[in-house]
Amino acid sequence: MRSGTQASGPKQHPLAPDFTLAQVNGPSLTLSSYRGHVVLLDFWATWCVPCREEIPHFVELQDKFRAQGLQIIGVSMDDSADPVRPFSQQFHMNYPIVMGNAKIGEQYGGVLGLPIAFLLDRDGRITKKHIGATPAEVFDKEIATLLLKQ
Amino acid sequence: MKIRLLLTKSVLAVAAAFLMVVQVAGQATAIPASRQVTPEDLVKLLQSSPEQKPLMIQVGSHVLYTQAHIPGSEYIGPASTEAGLQQLRKRVAMLRRTQLIVLYCGCCPWSHCPNVEPADNALHKMGFRNVKILYIAENFGNDWVNKGYPTAKGD
Repeated sequence: MRSGTQASGPKQHPLAPDFTLAQVNGPSLTLSSYRGHVVLLDFWATWCVPCREEIPHFVELQDKFRAQGLQIIGVSMDDSADPVRPFSQQFHMNYPIVMGNAKIGEQYGGVLGLPIAFLLDRDGRITKKHIGATPAEVFDKEIATLLLKQ
Repeated sequence: MKIRLLLTKSVLAVAAAFLMVVQVAGQATAIPASRQVTPEDLVKLLQSSPEQKPLMIQVGSHVLYTQAHIPGSEYIGPASTEAGLQQLRKRVAMLRRTQLIVLYCGCCPWSHCPNVEPADNALHKMGFRNVKILYIAENFGNDWVNKGYPTAKGD
């Protein structure tokens, strides 16, 4: 399993670009409305094998940390929502999924490979970027650490 | 009891072997090195004979293609889906079987790419014998864009 992580010091954490995007199974979602939560932003696609491998872990993490303030948001890079709806049901995805586009990809520095996950603190700042499939225990540890900070 | 246990183990072993074959069959790792082309070699090829460019086809995601793709390449759609394969077959149906075609994706690490092998397989079944697959080790961003190779944006 290969992954790349880019981390920076607290003073350098950039604000995550805000967006309002259509949800696959619900109303539009605005990222900034989740300020106060720790957010895991996952860029993925239904046909992406390493993305699929990560999703059951994300479902577990969402359940485990929901009460403490974790919100996972999936950004599907599929060409349409058609395969995403049945996929989300099959995998019992318990967090919102929005349909991504090239503009949002560019705002996040270019999503030119999948999966890519961004971890945001309660102020909406990007603290970590994981490129490629990342072990669940890495996310678990990083999320737990961020949730402790108010 | 022992016989039943042995039978169960045998069935599970066969099922596991079948699943492994299915998995390998859809992966880029099944593509022999002789049919792969590195980004460096593709760039050299494009620069050496710009008037005789191969047909380059991106068989991944449209969102990724819109952000960055090889200039002159065409978007077809993820070849891991039947819709993507149909588009691919339709695009090349009228071409000479000697046409040089370069397939690429770059959505995921090479060992996990679900798109290039089905696309290669489909072209092979149609009789194309001059097909190269762009070897992208990690993803299109790392292995093409960040290396400064020619890149275009948009549709």
